[in-house]
Amino acid sequence: MADANNVLEVQEIHTFIGQFHILEGVTVTVSRGSITVLLGRNGAGKTTTLKSIMGLTPPSQGSIVLEGQSLMGRRSFTIAQMGVGYVPEHRAIFRDLTVRENLAIVQRKRDDLERRADFIFGLFPDLKRFYNLPGGNLSGGQQQMLAVARALVPENRLLLIDEPSEGLAPVIIESLIEAIRRLSAQTTVLLVEQNFRVASILADRYVIIDDGRSVVSGQMQDLVQDEALVQRYLGVA
Amino acid sequence: MQRTRGTYMLILTLTAGLLVFSFVTSAGDLGSFGTTLLSGLFLGALYFLVASGLSIIFGLMDILNFAQGAYFMIGAYVTYSLFHMDALKGIDVNLRFPLGVLAGTIIGGLLGAVLERGLLRPLYARPIFQLVLTFGVAIVFGEALKAIWGTEGYGWSTVTSFGIHQSQFEIFGRQFGSYRLFVVAVGVALIVLIGLLLQRTRIGIIIRAGVEDSEMVEALGINVRAVFTMVFTLGCAVAAFGGAIAAPFLGANLGMGNAFLLPAIAVVVLGGLGSYMGTAVGSFMVGLAVAVVARFASEFLNQTVWASITPMLLLILILLLRPSGLFGKESR
Repeated sequence: MADANNVLEVQEIHTFIGQFHILEGVTVTVSRGSITVLLGRNGAGKTTTLKSIMGLTPPSQGSIVLEGQSLMGRRSFTIAQMGVGYVPEHRAIFRDLTVRENLAIVQRKRDDLERRADFIFGLFPDLKRFYNLPGGNLSGGQQQMLAVARALVPENRLLLIDEPSEGLAPVIIESLIEAIRRLSAQTTVLLVEQNFRVASILADRYVIIDDGRSVVSGQMQDLVQDEALVQRYLGVA
Repeated sequence: MQRTRGTYMLILTLTAGLLVFSFVTSAGDLGSFGTTLLSGLFLGALYFLVASGLSIIFGLMDILNFAQGAYFMIGAYVTYSLFHMDALKGIDVNLRFPLGVLAGTIIGGLLGAVLERGLLRPLYARPIFQLVLTFGVAIVFGEALKAIWGTEGYGWSTVTSFGIHQSQFEIFGRQFGSYRLFVVAVGVALIVLIGLLLQRTRIGIIIRAGVEDSEMVEALGINVRAVFTMVFTLGCAVAAFGGAIAAPFLGANLGMGNAFLLPAIAVVVLGGLGSYMGTAVGSFMVGLAVAVVARFASEFLNQTVWASITPMLLLILILLLRPSGLFGKESR
């Protein structure tokens, strides 16, 4: 039974990539206005879960429901148009396009960027300074900010953010944490994060994925207290 | 930045080398030098019209469309036929040629859309199959043209609009056809127009982004398959347009497709796969090289084959110096 408070309900999805059975039963529920983090070791299936929700690696079984509408069998552009923003790992910004073009490409309405500019540049002031520079000229941290900003141009119902802190300097990570916290006031976030400290600061809820299955979920504050669980699935002391 | 400077130096050096070679072998005959230069620009404009579609299609869709030369041919045959058709002789001659070009371009574009939607789309997961398919389609188109128009080539026999086909102008004492200059002007105009489309419009931003990462473009809410169809259609239409405007000078014959496809492939690779700038610059470099070698070979060697293999020789030379082409990405 769908809960009206949930933005996203993923039930027992199975995903194959080629002949490999990557997800063997992942269940994730994301409630409105929350930040939920997917945790797990490398290769556990976290990124594939986000890609499956996004329709990039479509699941063969299970169900994915966004505010009452099934996402199963839909192409990724339709899923994006339904209000799911995606920030992939390794940023995937368009290096030859300027910052402005990287943001403008996502506009659904002609004035989306103009309307959201104050909010976006309030979060990431650097992007305003480098507005007409190619994305490839930005630092790693600025590229990550651009990738997040790009997902904020349309008013999405849900943001999927994959490993935002990967490869960034600590000082950049701190400003990114602050930005994600502020943007979560406007939209619901499903995050993949390897950095347990970052995850514990940001997330309200967690889901641990192990060997392609969701194994434990709950409140983030409970996980932080449970060293044994953290050690068992994440190898973090 | 250093690489870009090196690229421009290489372009300048090669171009200057060709010009000096042409000037020296002209033995100071400025008329011969001038007409060779204009012939190079004429060929460059036509190579661009075939290669631009090839380059954008490859950059966005990773499809090397071997049928691109066939679309050039279709444009030429359709325009030739409509212009010379008895039933249309009543239409003002100044109107008949533009109408023929328009019809050739539209038919080329429509056939491009049919190829992409009907045959290529089911094979997106199988790039090798796509390659073979476009090769097969090129053969089918060639056979279809043969069935409709026969194996004899057609030479443009009557006046074109505004008499431009017949008029000549003099350059250092040599006569040069105004029509070829018109084709150069059209080629340059197309370079600017397509450049503006890519740089200044939303669809242009989407195409350039798609050249980098089409999966990500789709994940941002853009129907990439629809963009693929549009770009493929546009690429084929531009090639057909090239054939259409070349027809008054080259006529329509079954050899013209391959004659322009192979240099166009060389242009796309030496310019840097997927680079529009590389395609524009490469087209004129190849055109100039072919014209210079053609004149030299016909005057001194009496062997025209050198002109045919010049695009490939230039390609080899540039790839030895720049393995990813003039403006290509290192990673491609």
